[in-house]
Amino acid sequence: MKDVLRIECSRRNLQQVRDFVRSFLASRALPELLVNQVVLAIDEVVANFIIHANGEDERQHIDLQLVVENHDLNVEIADHGSTIFLPGPHLAPDLSEYIRQGRKGGTGMALVNRLMDRVEFFTRDHHTVCHLSKHLV
Amino acid sequence: MKVNAQPSADSLLLTLDGELDASSAVLLDTELNKPELLNFRKVLVDCAKLSYISSAGLGVFISHLQRLQDNNVKLVFFNMQEKVFNVFEILGLDSLMTIVPTQDAALAV
Repeated sequence: MKDVLRIECSRRNLQQVRDFVRSFLASRALPELLVNQVVLAIDEVVANFIIHANGEDERQHIDLQLVVENHDLNVEIADHGSTIFLPGPHLAPDLSEYIRQGRKGGTGMALVNRLMDRVEFFTRDHHTVCHLSKHLV
Repeated sequence: MKVNAQPSADSLLLTLDGELDASSAVLLDTELNKPELLNFRKVLVDCAKLSYISSAGLGVFISHLQRLQDNNVKLVFFNMQEKVFNVFEILGLDSLMTIVPTQDAALAV
């Protein structure tokens, strides 16, 4: 089973991304908690692509591909912008310190790394690509 | 995403309805930034209709918590759906923020 979605780089399109992922997974009768975790991980990476890699430039696009084989979900998120976005290794964020500092960001990729089995960022033809995978059981 | 604020004598009831993400988080941030918030003893956040939260939504709460605490305003979440609570739990925020099951429990905090 495979499906693809292309969106413009606007954070307004995050709802469309989440609806697409939920719809893709709907036929598999998965627990709501698991579906929400997958939706969240993809939403976080796409938001990073939109905001950090493409500066919310709506002339740019992001391509999302979802594939399920057996019980394994493989996700590819790819952009076409010239800014390479390769997040470093994510240590566990010190949330007490974030609260003390009144810090808004810095938890998204930590969530992604805890939610998915595999998280990989790399470049292809001078663009950023992210692969995520999770065993859906 | 809708954010409804309903003041009472000593508390402000914030009702969240919809999905809180990097697009809608600004609405909540605007509400929590209002200076009059610091006049209340408690901010009660009704999450019954909050069906999704991303790190951007969490970030809004994280960024305001210290300011509220410094001004003796308690931030209390209640009626949280399991899938939303799970996101707080994954990051360990459930032990740093006050999350209770019901509105009665929130009023008793």
